[in-house]
Amino acid sequence: MLKKIDVMNHGEKVLQGNEACAEAAIHAGCRFFAGYPITPSTEIIEYLSEALLLQEEGSFLQAEDEISAMCAVIGARWGGKKSMTATSGPGFTLKQEALGYAVETETPVVVVNVQRGGPATGQPTFSSQQDIYQAKYGSHGDYEMICLAPASVQEMYDFTVKAFNLAERFRTPVILLADEIVGHMREKIQIPEQIAVEEHTPVKHCDKPFGRNEKNIPYAVHFFEGHNLLVEGQLHDEKGRRIGHLADKSGVFVGNLIDKIRKNQGDLVDIDHEFLEDAEVAVIAYGTVARSAKRAVRIAREKGIKAGLIKINIVWPFPEEQLKELAATIRTVIVPEMNMGKYCLEIQRCLKQSNVISVPKLGGIIHQPTELLHIIENETGERGR
Amino acid sequence: MNPLIERYIKKDSLPYIFCAGCGNGIILNAAIHAIDELGVKEDTACVSGIGCSSWIPPYLNMDVMHTIHGRAIAFAEGLKLSRPEKNIIVFTGDGDCLAIGGNHLLHAANRNINITVILVNNFIYGMTGGQKSPTTPPGSKTKTSPFGAFDDPIDGCGIAMSAGATYCARWTVAHPNQLKKAIKEGIMHNGFSLIEVLSQCPVQAGKSVFQERDPWGMMEAIKSQTIPYKSWIPDKPAGKIPIGTFKEDNSRQEYTDKIRKLKEQLRGMQKETV
Repeated sequence: MLKKIDVMNHGEKVLQGNEACAEAAIHAGCRFFAGYPITPSTEIIEYLSEALLLQEEGSFLQAEDEISAMCAVIGARWGGKKSMTATSGPGFTLKQEALGYAVETETPVVVVNVQRGGPATGQPTFSSQQDIYQAKYGSHGDYEMICLAPASVQEMYDFTVKAFNLAERFRTPVILLADEIVGHMREKIQIPEQIAVEEHTPVKHCDKPFGRNEKNIPYAVHFFEGHNLLVEGQLHDEKGRRIGHLADKSGVFVGNLIDKIRKNQGDLVDIDHEFLEDAEVAVIAYGTVARSAKRAVRIAREKGIKAGLIKINIVWPFPEEQLKELAATIRTVIVPEMNMGKYCLEIQRCLKQSNVISVPKLGGIIHQPTELLHIIENETGERGR
Repeated sequence: MNPLIERYIKKDSLPYIFCAGCGNGIILNAAIHAIDELGVKEDTACVSGIGCSSWIPPYLNMDVMHTIHGRAIAFAEGLKLSRPEKNIIVFTGDGDCLAIGGNHLLHAANRNINITVILVNNFIYGMTGGQKSPTTPPGSKTKTSPFGAFDDPIDGCGIAMSAGATYCARWTVAHPNQLKKAIKEGIMHNGFSLIEVLSQCPVQAGKSVFQERDPWGMMEAIKSQTIPYKSWIPDKPAGKIPIGTFKEDNSRQEYTDKIRKLKEQLRGMQKETV
């Protein structure tokens, strides 16, 4: 259940994105962090190595590797502490097996990926959005993931709080898919006086801890509450007992993991938009690129071009119905991304009636607003008029 | 029926998946007796990885986490750090702990974090069908060493102790009382403890390592290879495996105690941030 809690050190601050994320984690109730230093996410582990040990219930582990860090946060969550880890591309890859274990055991943890350019060691100090699909389907097997993409330091704070709440509510890991730009940027942000935080209410006499409620979500339980829990990585029944050798039951189990996200997708829509009422062309963007998109759209409007903006904040699950509704009358959709044009594929699949233009960008730098403006002008026939 | 079965085993989970003659039953029995005699059931959680030995705890009527290959100790460390007052027992095997999970063993031992690791060494990858493991004796013709294994076996106890484990013992399934005592000592020990158990896998190791597929014959064979030690001597006689309690050292500070003391100091110096 969401509970309003007071934030003691609220107010206006100038913070780095990674710092805002770390501070938000503490405010949202995170009391365990395990991580491994990796550029460009390192400021998160640095910040929490201090802040968590200053918390009465806090604990911290600089793990021996990325895998260990991911496993430790899952262990700590079953111990009853909200927990988080943070990393970047190479580390995100290493975490994938344990991340799948968190999905399968329905463990609510937050995983921050401050994206850098890949593949391999790639571009440690440059930005990218290349992990957009890895965030969705990076681990083996079938599942659905919840993933948020912040575009500002304020959103690094707000979305981190939201990530914890969604993880607890849906009993699943949640990815905060940031990038180097928003992670290292410093901006003025407003830390609210109160935030809503999903609180753990202990369940008594839970015979079937992995039984499901009307939303297809299992109970919020953890160790040492007398439930004799079996947290099982093999597909399991509502008591945790393995069913991997039973085809029918296994199918139902995986179906439940998927349905708890898909069927509740309406609760997982977070889209900002502006100037859509009469827009002929719209830019659809997520993460930091949405900043350039916003600027480009506003300049276009000043020039009298009927341009609009759709900024997707919860990128996974993909907001298919909502996007169809918002973009129903829009002739041309422009999708800038700091990758080879990946999320655009989902948008093309979804918006069949629109002309969807992918604007990929490789090399680790963000699209300039003027670049996007030129494309808007081209598409509306306004250029050089 | 033995009342311990009623109390400790989830009967609706039975039967156990183990092959007939497997040594895991003796280890399970020793662990249950150890936990029961200490009276720590409600304050103890078990964590395991992947492999035959990792199927020991999932049937227990306790809080259990059956995790991914090689990482049981990493999960256990997170659990311990979140609940330092609780006992955490890890069940792992020679492949799980010494091959894919070797790095976690090194670092957990070095931290001296209070986790009790029961390392079941059956000299083979049993669950996948009899491939060479890090402890397979040289010359053994396994599914992946058809010309005879040529890697030298890894000594789990030696590695754990040199990495900083402060309690270490090795027994065989032919020593159930000593094993139970060692598990009790491991649970009570405030620091990282490793208890290695040499065990028989009649189905796989029986075929490729021991040329003896009778469980009792295998236990005899394993026992006859061992030599009792009162403390750790790195140079062991050729062909012999030392058994005994090798180390019990209470001089090093435990990891969660370090954190707790640091936090007490910090609280004296600074107010909470939220």
